[in-house]
Amino acid sequence: MLRRTLYWSSHYFLIGLYVLFALFPLFWLIKVALTPNDLLYSEGIRLWPSRTSLEHFRFVLAHSEFPLFFRNSLIVSSSTAVSVTLISGAGGYGLSRFSFRGKPLLVSLMLITQMFPLVMLVAPMFRLLAPLGLTNSLTGLVIVYTAFNAPFATFLMQSFFDAIPKELEEAAMIDGATRFGAFRRIILPLTLPGIAATGGFVFTAAWSELLFALMLNSSSQASTFPVGLLSFVSKFSVDFGQMMAAGVLALIPACLFFLLIQRYLVRGLTAGAVKG
Amino acid sequence: MSAIDISSVSKHYGTTPILHEITLAVAAGEFVVLVGPSGCGKSTLLRMIAGLEEVSAGQIRIGGRLVNDLPPKERDIAMVFQSYALYPHMSVADNMAYSLRLRRTSEPDIETAINAAAAKLGLGPLLERKPKALSGGQRQRVAMGRAIVRRPKAFLFDEPLSNLDARLREHMRVEIKKLHRELGATSIYVTHDQIEAMTLADRIVAMNEGQVQQVGSPLDLYDRPANLFVAGFIGSPAMNMFPALYSRHPGRPTLVHAGLSLSLDDDPTLSEGAPLTVGIRPEHIAVGAGPVKGVVDLVEPTGLGTIVHFTLAGIALKAFSLARPVLTIGASVSIDLPAHRLHLFDAAGGRVGR
Repeated sequence: MLRRTLYWSSHYFLIGLYVLFALFPLFWLIKVALTPNDLLYSEGIRLWPSRTSLEHFRFVLAHSEFPLFFRNSLIVSSSTAVSVTLISGAGGYGLSRFSFRGKPLLVSLMLITQMFPLVMLVAPMFRLLAPLGLTNSLTGLVIVYTAFNAPFATFLMQSFFDAIPKELEEAAMIDGATRFGAFRRIILPLTLPGIAATGGFVFTAAWSELLFALMLNSSSQASTFPVGLLSFVSKFSVDFGQMMAAGVLALIPACLFFLLIQRYLVRGLTAGAVKG
Repeated sequence: MSAIDISSVSKHYGTTPILHEITLAVAAGEFVVLVGPSGCGKSTLLRMIAGLEEVSAGQIRIGGRLVNDLPPKERDIAMVFQSYALYPHMSVADNMAYSLRLRRTSEPDIETAINAAAAKLGLGPLLERKPKALSGGQRQRVAMGRAIVRRPKAFLFDEPLSNLDARLREHMRVEIKKLHRELGATSIYVTHDQIEAMTLADRIVAMNEGQVQQVGSPLDLYDRPANLFVAGFIGSPAMNMFPALYSRHPGRPTLVHAGLSLSLDDDPTLSEGAPLTVGIRPEHIAVGAGPVKGVVDLVEPTGLGTIVHFTLAGIALKAFSLARPVLTIGASVSIDLPAHRLHLFDAAGGRVGR
């Protein structure tokens, strides 16, 4: 009995330690964002400032380019989420339901593309997009992010469709639906949580992407917020208060999304693991 | 209701052949059962009739119309799946109405059709439930209701009772048979259970390894199996089989095996010493009286009758007796293998003689 209590308490203790460790940066972010400038350096390192203020948030929202960056991020991430959901939804359905010549080759190719470190692809991407006028543009970013996320999302979608028995569409087709009709009216309602989870996952992946956003854009017109955060550093030569405030604002959509979809995400990822 | 004609239909996946030139004519209103072991191609044939699989060669006609290239929705057939395939997010009523709504039938007509089908199948109180709130038997009836409501040219059943327990299966078998009598619907029913085949079919198509082994009424297949496969597949407990040589030496046609000599009624005109396989059904072996003696190995009482396992001239045989003979293991028992109950099969497995 004692051993069991010991086991479980040390179990939870370790988990608690890890959670503290993982969430501490977030806490610190919020704490610094709420600390007024005069207290930032004078009070030394404290867990919570003696006085909080929203001045940094006000400054970031009213007097910086941050709203523009935020808007760009929103546009790029939502567009990527939508296009990836459409493309990988169709692809996942095809992989799940049909067998065709070249399928093993296609699947292997998709897997191989996932093996490349993204850093390797920066220069070739630039060479491809520059002549097309897609650098310094949100469209270019959407295309790049869609291309990177599509294979993974396709496999995720495939596992969701695999969980639905084929007989359901067959019954619908015999009842008089076309394959697309069966997909739309029978399969889609049943896989909506999975599709939402995939869309949310892609959204957050695109939201925090820095490398390509930095490399493919040189003007601030087309910059997303991670790039914007970097420029904060040089602009204000480490005005931590404002940078942290911008960071908190930028994290809100990502956190919200994850909060909403995390249940489905776990289900979807583990379903994929079991089906293989 | 329409007739279904299958002419020289073959199927292969890549280079693997699945079905070899199947030809079958199903009359309008007939109940045909495709029976065979797993992997024999019966489900594939059914799915080809439904339009869910491509036809590699040959033609399928429903009601005289060539349907090879028609999608399932244009063939006007209804299918009942082994897993029922009910739409989980719709109620029972919506499940049954789905096909009619796709055809843009008016709502009052839909309601009439659903109520009629529900009345036939006893689904009235279940109409608003979702499939997950139903038992296996209820789901099966909803699946059938969904098929009936459409008034199709033919019904296709793909092992619909396999997921039910034994008692329910017996009950649903009767329901299906009654329904067929009422509706007079052309039906093609796939099963691996030979009891279902025997009790439901107007005609049975026994299949093995992608080929039709025999087509006939249930009792045809039972009394005169055309080959070893059909003989061993139909009937439970299965037919006894043992090898023997044909001889005419004692003056009359005889089967000889290791000291056992069985005379035959008539002369199948085979060559001297021809190797044969002899079959006799357990219920035709008489236990307790007869010219030969066997040794009892095992006794299985089933309530209805007794299965007696015994050894005769080195052959392990089973007899089925309704009389409940009192036997001890290891005891000697008189056995009769009546000549008119013997089935003879040649070296290739085909039937010879009567």
